[in-house]
Amino acid sequence: MISHAQLGWQCLSPDIESLVLLLNEAGIPAKAQNTLEGPAKVVAIDSGFWGKAAAVAAANRVRWCAVWGEHRPQEISILAALAGRDGHLLLQTLVSDRQGELPSQTPFFPAANRPERYLQDMFGIHFFDHPDQRRWIRHQAWQEGQYPLLKTFPPAGTPLDMTPPDCRYPFIPVEGDGVHEIPVGPVHAGIIEPGHFRFQAMGEDILSLEEHLGYVHKGIEKCAEGRDVWGLARLAGRVSGDSTVAHAWAACQACEAAVGISLPRRALVIRAILAERERIANHLGDIGACCNDVGFTFAQVQCSRLRELWQRQNSAVFGHRLLMDIVVPGGVNRDLNARRIDLLQKAIEQLRHELQDFLPLLYEYPSLQDRLRATGVLSLKKARSLGVLGFLARASGECWDLRRDAPYAPYEDMVITVPHTLEGDASGRLRIRGDEILVSLDLLEEMLKKLPAGDVMAEFPSVQRDCSGIGFVEGWRGEILAYVHLDVGGIVSRYFPRDPSWLNWPALEAMIEGVIVPDFPLCNKSVNGSYSGHDL
Amino acid sequence: MFDVLAKIFKTGCLTGKVPPPDQTVIEFGTVCRKEIVRIFGKSLAIRMVDAGSCNGCELEIHALNNGFYDIERFGIHFVASPRHADLLLVTGPVARHMQAALKRTYEATPDPKLVIAMGDCGADGGEFGVSYASCGAVANVIPVDAVIRGCPPSPLQLLQGITELLRRR
Repeated sequence: MISHAQLGWQCLSPDIESLVLLLNEAGIPAKAQNTLEGPAKVVAIDSGFWGKAAAVAAANRVRWCAVWGEHRPQEISILAALAGRDGHLLLQTLVSDRQGELPSQTPFFPAANRPERYLQDMFGIHFFDHPDQRRWIRHQAWQEGQYPLLKTFPPAGTPLDMTPPDCRYPFIPVEGDGVHEIPVGPVHAGIIEPGHFRFQAMGEDILSLEEHLGYVHKGIEKCAEGRDVWGLARLAGRVSGDSTVAHAWAACQACEAAVGISLPRRALVIRAILAERERIANHLGDIGACCNDVGFTFAQVQCSRLRELWQRQNSAVFGHRLLMDIVVPGGVNRDLNARRIDLLQKAIEQLRHELQDFLPLLYEYPSLQDRLRATGVLSLKKARSLGVLGFLARASGECWDLRRDAPYAPYEDMVITVPHTLEGDASGRLRIRGDEILVSLDLLEEMLKKLPAGDVMAEFPSVQRDCSGIGFVEGWRGEILAYVHLDVGGIVSRYFPRDPSWLNWPALEAMIEGVIVPDFPLCNKSVNGSYSGHDL
Repeated sequence: MFDVLAKIFKTGCLTGKVPPPDQTVIEFGTVCRKEIVRIFGKSLAIRMVDAGSCNGCELEIHALNNGFYDIERFGIHFVASPRHADLLLVTGPVARHMQAALKRTYEATPDPKLVIAMGDCGADGGEFGVSYASCGAVANVIPVDAVIRGCPPSPLQLLQGITELLRRR
């Protein structure tokens, strides 16, 4: 008998065809669309059914992935991505570009809360029954009533010389004797991205935490418009620098699907090698940093040593310590030869050897585990309701992994082990990272051994017609989704990258009850949401 | 605990020498305040500010503290507050939502102080340029004494750049 934990909740979810039938049965006509290329089915539904469709999905164990918009004067096309057992279903609808209204999906999927408010700020769409009507991504750089992702809004905007600080965001206070409000950020004490955290605390106990993000909003989506696909890949690689390979891969997948080219197998395997190396580097860094946040500097020193060796190998083999700009439309711009493969294989053996004693030492070290165990517990129920992704989800028992559940080349013929646990605490999140490193080392070894011969690049054709595509990649933080719309001539008219941090950030707020203030840095690092990937 | 000690002894000392840069890795501002550099020559407190980066630069700054680069051997250390800082290391294009925070951090840093803009984004806005959401180069918001280009600059380039700034007489 295969347990639910082994297969994950997604085995109980309907497959995509059944989900469409369920929608029809609930009285929601869903018309199949074939305008979007890529591994997802698209159905168009009437805007009045937007909320009801979410209700049907939520009642049937479907995972909510993303929502985004695209301005097509005089309408805005909205797409919402859902995940079933065997892949993704996209719901698509249209609203007017002047005061367009939609029912909210948030009452059924809490994960939709901030993405819908983001749409509100960027497109002016009003989700009339959204439980939280506050602005989200808009601070003071543009005014209420201005919507940057409308085609009528100029990329330069109309900013002031000095954008005022955002002092008036209405945080939700907790009232009572002895309750303190602690504001932290946006500039943080360490070497870290900026964001604001508003704690309501009584003594050391945190009563509630509210995040206020958006400080590194750079207008990536607006900036993408007008680029060619190579410029898009460069930009995608900088949505979140630590996920440069995964984001560039997802964007390239979307472009390649849009124009309908397939890549040589060798190119795909090298992309996967890059992605697994990126996964390992980040997990090594995180394990060290989490331990450092509880004062166990020995682990930080060892992990930063291992990460440094890993990055130096990246530089020696691929020419960039963080592997930026290697995944490009059509393939990769760096090939492997016998010497480089040998270097990579030795690196795998060396790291495996190092971790053999190191990881068990961490898992058993009493004073370290005393801080990590039972800290920042994210229950399975909360993880599921928030739709969290990646290692964060697996550490709470939700084990979605695109490489296994909706595989994209070259993972479709590999057996992917997905480590998971029900612990849900900082210790579990550390252990899952360690396990994922070992799984990735096995995958790398397999891929290097079976690296097919051939080219590493397919020619990217000139784009003859308007086309759009979608790409999905299991980045180190979790599922990444990229939507690209190309005009005739191959110019980007819309790029939407959905970093997994969109769904993981709320988990930090959910796990914080009962945590003491000094344990916050550990909780934050054990989740490690991307600020830049979130803010765009 | 003995496992830990054994590992520490086995790892040994990894710190590498810092070779002089092959070419100028750091562009100096037109006004290089030599007196300030002389004062900071023996010890430097750095406050790092991410004004909008993709986080790539931060990863390489973290590496400065690892055993290979060991920036602390030069008397250089990172501090938690701008009030304790001699130098601001600023990454990223300045997102407009961070403009005020960056300015306040700069003003909170006591004189004499230096500012390094790190990375291509810090130098000229990089891939993000100037837009409704981005002010572009760090120099567009606060005075900058030196720029270290790269995407991201490697820890070695950072180390060379910072120590070169301090060696200038």
